[in-house]
Amino acid sequence: MAIRLAGDFDISYAHDMAILRNHGQWVMLIVFLTGLFALPFVADGKTLGLLNIIGISIIAAHGLNILLGYTGQISLGQAAFMAVGAYTTAVLMKYGVAFWFALPISGVVGGIIGLLFGLPSLRIKGFYLAMATLSAQIIIPWFFRNVRVDIFGGTPGLTIAPPRLGELVFNTQETMYFPIMLTVVVCTLVAKNIARTRLGRALIAIRDNDLAAEVLGIEQFSYKLRAFFISAFYAGLAGSLWAVYARSINPEQFSLLNSVWYLGMVIVGGMGSALGPILGASFIRILEESTVQLAPALSKMFPQAAAGMLAALGPLVFGLVLALFLIFEPRGLAHRWELLKAAWRLRPFAH
Amino acid sequence: MNWDLFPQFLATGLLTGGIYSLIALGLVLIYKASRVFNFAQGHLLMLGAFITWWFTENLGWDVWLAFAAAIGLAIIAGWLVERVALRPLIGQPILATVMMTLALSQVLQGVTILAFGAYQRSLPYLFPIQPIVLGDIRLKLNLALAFVLAMLGFIIFVLFFRFTRAGLAMRAAAEDHQLAQSVGLSVPRIFGMAWAIASVVATVCGVLLANISGVELTLSLIALKAFPAVLFGGLESIPGAIVGGLTVGILESLVGGLPQDPALRALHLGDIAPYVFMLIVLWFRPDGLFGLKRIERI
Repeated sequence: MAIRLAGDFDISYAHDMAILRNHGQWVMLIVFLTGLFALPFVADGKTLGLLNIIGISIIAAHGLNILLGYTGQISLGQAAFMAVGAYTTAVLMKYGVAFWFALPISGVVGGIIGLLFGLPSLRIKGFYLAMATLSAQIIIPWFFRNVRVDIFGGTPGLTIAPPRLGELVFNTQETMYFPIMLTVVVCTLVAKNIARTRLGRALIAIRDNDLAAEVLGIEQFSYKLRAFFISAFYAGLAGSLWAVYARSINPEQFSLLNSVWYLGMVIVGGMGSALGPILGASFIRILEESTVQLAPALSKMFPQAAAGMLAALGPLVFGLVLALFLIFEPRGLAHRWELLKAAWRLRPFAH
Repeated sequence: MNWDLFPQFLATGLLTGGIYSLIALGLVLIYKASRVFNFAQGHLLMLGAFITWWFTENLGWDVWLAFAAAIGLAIIAGWLVERVALRPLIGQPILATVMMTLALSQVLQGVTILAFGAYQRSLPYLFPIQPIVLGDIRLKLNLALAFVLAMLGFIIFVLFFRFTRAGLAMRAAAEDHQLAQSVGLSVPRIFGMAWAIASVVATVCGVLLANISGVELTLSLIALKAFPAVLFGGLESIPGAIVGGLTVGILESLVGGLPQDPALRALHLGDIAPYVFMLIVLWFRPDGLFGLKRIERI
């Protein structure tokens, strides 16, 4: 139980259940959202580009967090489900469907494919389920690379026209920022609330002890499948946004490596909290960007290793950070943030 | 279907499968000893191949000497990995160890690129490469000898587990950590040993594969094909590793080679055959052929 602000009492059931408990928090939220959506008018394209990537990663990480953090099922296939969303959007838009309809459809298609690969969770769990999702991660990009090259474009992939809304064309970092951030906000809100519903509590029960949950009357299989669907639905949305953001997709963009990175984001951010994926995705993407910035300087310092510096630094730093988090803070940044908040509210006392 | 080529594909698949079995053996070793599934096995394999290449290229060593030196380094690397990365996670849930080996694979990837560059290199041949012809079947001699070497390695490990003191200690630890500890075996040391041996096995596989396809970063992906092999054979079973490896090798070769229809060939079905197979195994017999059945109690 988090430490509450002094003088913050539950005076009604509605107030007891509210996420935002006082006027200060409402003000902070409004200021934050205004700031978030005013940013494109002040920030430069490069910063917005980073924020857009972070936004897309947050959506995918939210989905993975519901599966991994709340339900406790390991999935190595998040990038593959993103591929399903991206290709659905690309193909739909090729046949003239507007992006705004393609986005939710991509989520649903991603979810259904996720459901399909979640089916083995009836019999297996933990590491074995990781293997089943690993096969999804191999089979899905293979499908887009080799099957119906006339529709899916094979190895070179597909290019996508920018989405339009009336006169408005979404083809720059500034314009893409709005649909991405809007989706991020909605997804975060839904993710935050899923954990507070019957569904979320059932998922947490399955994570903590699946047999005990089953005995309590929670149908394991049905809830696990729902978790898979939601997770892949989020991945589908993220993939769809990625398709119109990158405007060119190919199967290589959705490799096992990317799935590992999403897992890393959820772990670094903190599993089982809605804040975790936001912190994790931001942290990892900013880290990645800083390695890109650092690579030329390091190449000058170590000229003998200059050739592979850029390609080497990303995985190296990511792997090290992930390993350090696993050893020293397996509960992630979100837990640190909670500790910090509690310490602030208890100040000047230690407990 | 070109059935007349069936024996050819069968033989090629069998030989490749031998190498998959050896990779699978490395995975089984670590899993048996410490209940950790090593996703970084492919990267250990790639690193071993690159180190061997470096010795031959920069120090001008004979390839066999380089091979031996790489094996020596692999022992240290494997032990170090266990000590630094996996030891702190003993007792943590399975997710933590899975993620740790994935993190490890990324670190190894970065280190390899940094140290050796992201180029394709070629290793001097360990074996002569002329083809051998057996009736209708043509085989590459180096692949056949790699198979023989892989099988030899396999026999050595089976003998090691059966007859040496260290091997018996490892089997005891695999059976029950606490019991092993109570009869005076050092379980952490056994973990270290398992990783060292698995890392040696990975290096052997890496060099054998590098002899066939060259030294490159994609070597790490080949180990992914050992995953279906391990699951089919059973995670805890050494004979399972060999059966699984050979099955996956043959399956991949037959599915990839037999269809004659160009539309079907363009699909590269051989690439996914092992994974579809893995899904089927997971669905119908998740414990594999010789794996232990787990019974759960609340």
